[in-house]
Amino acid sequence: MNISKQLDNGCLTLVLQGRLDTTTAPLFEQELQNDLDGVTMLRLDFEQLAYLSSAGLRVILETQRRMNQQGSMVICHVSDTIKEVFDITGFSALLTVE
Amino acid sequence: MPQITVKAAINSIPTVTDFAVALLEEYQCDMRAQMQICVAIDEMFSNIAYYAYPNGEGEATVIASFDATDRLFSLTFIDSGIPYNPLEKADPDVTLSAEERQIGGLGIMMVRKTMDDMTYEYRDGQNVLTISKKI
Repeated sequence: MNISKQLDNGCLTLVLQGRLDTTTAPLFEQELQNDLDGVTMLRLDFEQLAYLSSAGLRVILETQRRMNQQGSMVICHVSDTIKEVFDITGFSALLTVE
Repeated sequence: MPQITVKAAINSIPTVTDFAVALLEEYQCDMRAQMQICVAIDEMFSNIAYYAYPNGEGEATVIASFDATDRLFSLTFIDSGIPYNPLEKADPDVTLSAEERQIGGLGIMMVRKTMDDMTYEYRDGQNVLTISKKI
């Protein structure tokens, strides 16, 4: 998985590319831990994300909890397959998906 | 039938995924079903890697089969670890708030909902788990 980042005035955008699964979720978690200090708006761009498993959901949930404390979080460009994962798991109600 | 035997470790997941994707492409599986099967592999194999061999290293075998008439693709995961039937795991409560939510059980629930069939048996000292999906 590749992650590219852009920080602009407290608004952090992460563009994820590839698979967010058991092997790659720890990398994503590490990136977020390093970069979220002082961020009030987090934007996750999933346009190039092939799929995500429950390991990815765990990191997304933890990140949503953290952003509930310090600002807001939006997930954009979600494919139908990933939207279905959010729907099945009830995550659609917890997340802001654009 | 095509099969692969790998270490029951997290870093074997890409190998198993590549093995399945090569077959799915050969069978002209659509992208959505392919992604769902990849997620299922991640969920099932990570369970084996984390829990099957608590006292050391072990192996797991994944066997693929394809019924061209019904277009039914199946993957059977076999390990010699401790008996564990993931189908007995209850679905988590998916209506709780972000603060109350737990992740345990979400993976198996997703697999249950996206595959057409799942079976488990403990046979000759082995966990034998099969997932099937029409592609």
